[in-house]
Amino acid sequence: MPHVSRDVVFVDGVRTPFGKAGSMYAETRADDLVVNCIRELVRRHPELPPERIDDVAIAATTQTGDQGLTLGRTTALLAGLPRSVPGFAIDRMCAGAMTAVTTVASGIAFGAYDVAIAGGVEHMTHHPMGFDADVNPRFVAEKLVEPDALVMGATAENIHDRYPAITRERADAYAAMSQQRVGQAYADGVIQESLVGVALRSQEQGWGLASADEPPRPGTTAEVLAGLRTPFRPHGRVTAGNAAGLNDGATACLVAAEDTATELGLPVAMRLVTYAFAGVDPEVMGVGPVPSTEKALAKAGLTIDDIGAIEINEAFAVQVLAFLDHFGVDAEDPRVNPYGGAIALGHPLASSGVRLMIHLARAFRDHPEVRYGLTTMCIGLGMGGTVVWENPAWDGTGTTATATSGAAA
Amino acid sequence: MSAVLQGAELAALIEATAAGAPDEVVTHALSRDVALPHGAGTAVLITLDNGMDHTRPNSFGARGLAELDAALDAALGRDDVAAVAVTGKPFILAAGADLSAIPRMTDREQALAIARIGHAVFDRLHTASVPTFVFVNGLALGGGFELALHAHHRTVSEAAAGLALPECFLGIVPAWGGCYLLPNLIGAERAVGVIIDNPLSANRMLTGPQYAALGIADAMFEGADFLERSLDWAARVVTGDVVVERPEPDRGEAWDAAVAHGREVADAKVSGAAPAPYRALDLLAMAKTADRYEVFAAEDETLADLIMSPELRSGLYAFDLVQKRARKPAGAPDKALARKVGKVGVVGAGLMATQLAVLFLRRLRVPVVISDVDQARVERGVAEIHGEIDRLAGKRRIGPDEANRLHALVSGTTDLADYADCDFVIEAVFEELEVKRQVFGALERHVGPEAVLATNTSSLSVAAMAEGLEHPERVVGFHFFNPVAVLPLVEVVRAPATDDASVATALATAKALKKNAVLVADAYGFVVNRVLLRFMGEVMGAVDEGTPVEVADAALKPLGLPMSTFTLLQLVGPAVALHVAETLHDGLGERFVVSPNLRALVEARRPGLYDWRPDGTPYVSDEVRALMRVGDSPSTAEQVRDRVLTAVTEEVDSMLAEKVVAAPMDVDLCLVLGAGWPFHLGGITPYLDREGYSERVLGRRFLPAGVASVPA
Repeated sequence: MPHVSRDVVFVDGVRTPFGKAGSMYAETRADDLVVNCIRELVRRHPELPPERIDDVAIAATTQTGDQGLTLGRTTALLAGLPRSVPGFAIDRMCAGAMTAVTTVASGIAFGAYDVAIAGGVEHMTHHPMGFDADVNPRFVAEKLVEPDALVMGATAENIHDRYPAITRERADAYAAMSQQRVGQAYADGVIQESLVGVALRSQEQGWGLASADEPPRPGTTAEVLAGLRTPFRPHGRVTAGNAAGLNDGATACLVAAEDTATELGLPVAMRLVTYAFAGVDPEVMGVGPVPSTEKALAKAGLTIDDIGAIEINEAFAVQVLAFLDHFGVDAEDPRVNPYGGAIALGHPLASSGVRLMIHLARAFRDHPEVRYGLTTMCIGLGMGGTVVWENPAWDGTGTTATATSGAAA
Repeated sequence: MSAVLQGAELAALIEATAAGAPDEVVTHALSRDVALPHGAGTAVLITLDNGMDHTRPNSFGARGLAELDAALDAALGRDDVAAVAVTGKPFILAAGADLSAIPRMTDREQALAIARIGHAVFDRLHTASVPTFVFVNGLALGGGFELALHAHHRTVSEAAAGLALPECFLGIVPAWGGCYLLPNLIGAERAVGVIIDNPLSANRMLTGPQYAALGIADAMFEGADFLERSLDWAARVVTGDVVVERPEPDRGEAWDAAVAHGREVADAKVSGAAPAPYRALDLLAMAKTADRYEVFAAEDETLADLIMSPELRSGLYAFDLVQKRARKPAGAPDKALARKVGKVGVVGAGLMATQLAVLFLRRLRVPVVISDVDQARVERGVAEIHGEIDRLAGKRRIGPDEANRLHALVSGTTDLADYADCDFVIEAVFEELEVKRQVFGALERHVGPEAVLATNTSSLSVAAMAEGLEHPERVVGFHFFNPVAVLPLVEVVRAPATDDASVATALATAKALKKNAVLVADAYGFVVNRVLLRFMGEVMGAVDEGTPVEVADAALKPLGLPMSTFTLLQLVGPAVALHVAETLHDGLGERFVVSPNLRALVEARRPGLYDWRPDGTPYVSDEVRALMRVGDSPSTAEQVRDRVLTAVTEEVDSMLAEKVVAAPMDVDLCLVLGAGWPFHLGGITPYLDREGYSERVLGRRFLPAGVASVPA
């Protein structure tokens, strides 16, 4: 008899404030950032007996040092979860946390798990991107990829080449809007809701407390951004201002079978419809969200018009614009990253997937007329990842679409 | 009602004090603004950090206190600060006042200064107009513990350990507010427990949970996110969401009873010979009704008195010996020469042998084989060891897997061939030279040429035991003290033939057993027994001459030894004492009196001079009196004491001249660690110096002035 699949829900997500690399988290361990998140999740949900957590999946791109040693297991022990709770580590670079979520979700849907924790961390101060990488010489020798395909900023310039309609001006305008939206979201108390405070160690300054993201630059205007240099190409278009920076931070969320959530009285913030990952040319890794979204929508039997909320990771403004242009969505559409994005908040690589989900869950709550949403991101080495979600608080208005895959009618 | 120092006066005193301690390792006070959650506003978080790792804890000297004062000044001077909190570097809050400055203090004013400065700075946490907090994140001793008491609120980490007020253990009192603040916070009974009972019980300390259970902390949080949770809790105190209620201490009879109990404990532990606990109790009594600043002033004066006391100087000296010299034995050969010990043999299956076997098993976790003359004895010994392992498991000192592991490592035999692969064999057989020589000779036929042969003899010659062996160079003395599980000393005896590798192996093994080794030469009685038997011989001699037993036994009371001479005799057993006395008499000379009355006790199989009344007090029974033949020249207690201390002075001098140990510090270390002698004596040589015996009998001191005494 074939397996019966179960519905999977996103219960809740939390994150540490994000830091700028080399700054506030310089003397804080990456695994301790994760521990804080796990403990916060358990604290927020006393209705979940910790021994019911079936697995802990934590992602990081560079799994050595304080990001090594099978993070999901070490952080579970360090967080004080019962020893009976297992854990593992996972990696899909920028989409690490997203992949952690889709993996445990698959386990839940298969019936092997009831509840799991999924998340990610990247401490780019301690682990610069690509540090100690040993690139197979065939990549270059057989021209499998262009040499600069591993330099993310260069791939962003390549996207400007491919889509000349995406100008620097548009990229800067988008970036300024992201900063402004983050500023507003802080003013409205939206961002603070999902943050967990983290003790900051500093030999020189003594202990402190991180309670807000470090990277945002409120008041940034397109004019200011216009003056920045283009480090990836002379007279290029990609700057530090229209891209996410190098950051430190961690995220974690609770994913559960819907029937278990009901059993335990866990809140349901989003319901998983489907997900897809897809590959693209590494030279233009930023377009990855396009095929992964097409694939996911097709699986779900939906179109982009059925999507009422979009959280797209802002590794680079150009890559967001390429996606929006492809799907015919206006750059200023309030459906897209309404609370700002990675350009302002930062992008600690493997952690960002769950940050997108935290924002989408908030959007669902604020907009009960929205039935479907998606979280999507581009990934180094040329990939995209997309997860389609359904709003459990949907009030029946706003759309008539119904997904054909996964979600309950 | 004088309040504390402030302003220019405080600054001047700090400067003067700092000048007297130029090599202070300064604990910095690093201030950082923290945005408190729950909209509580901005807090200033001050971190105490001397810039070193956890092996060098924060401590407070004048400059460190000045930095803390400046940090508090800055924070409290702002009008945008909602709270002030203090915490420490990872694992450490603070280990108290910088004790290294004390040996140099030559006048009372210097001691008074440090007390007044501490009071002044810490008091600012109390007088602050915003809520103040100390987050006890780890080690907090003495002044570090007291810092927390001044704040309005305290949190403690569940993972913290080493929380204590050990001042009375060293010979001072909590003098930065502890004697007033602690009983007023948690009541006199609990405060006496922390200030008197714990320090006088081998310096017992509190864990985080115990600190919280006593009510010293208002909240306890797990170690994983202690600081985050503490700040969150502090924010809720600031907003009024959390209200801390503390019970009022009982200022009636309960307070007096607590102080009285404290005096009983002090009497039991030091018999009035150390002033510190009694002075602390005076302050605790005063705190029942006096106001805070009155008691602070009294703490100042008390500290000044005690810092200038010989008992404190001896205490610091002993503390330093136990912290440093005990961990690096003087005269030790290169550690690298030590050989691996993968299997241990114990010869003998009696009480001592099985105790040793259990110790080696627990600490080294290697196979241990025991043997004795017949199978029945062996089986009894093995059963005793298995029983002890089960007892440990029952008390949850070891887990079931560990118990299984240890059970599997024990074996018994009557065939010495089973010792062939032992790397270290210790004999604990009958205390007779011929028996031990035979054992070593027999063992040598089976064990490898480099296996260490160790003897637990307390008085026989190690060299004599090694004579005739093919490889005498691997024979060492390895003398434990009873009870083995408690007393940390091992006298490691180097005979003339013993080689460096065997000594190194013995020292490494002692360390692995978590014992403190002192290297001694192969002289009868080594250190501890030689000194103790000289003491006992003189006291017994006075009794033989006609001094009443009770008078003789009370003669040494001013020293405050852990037990009286004849109580010790009872503990050791007259037969053992007689045997050792005879050995020392034969080996070292007639000055080691072999009392005919002691012999009479042994022949009559009496357990000692005393019987005990139902209420626990000892008395000399008529039967014992009938056994004894005494003279008619009784001495007074003072005469007995004088005679004993003169004799011991001569004996210690002989030991040093014979190079039994390297220096007087080793004699003192042996007595502290092997006989449990108190810190206020500094072992024994500081006491003999301070009472004038060394100068009178030898014409010179044992230790230079200032090492364990107030410098001139």
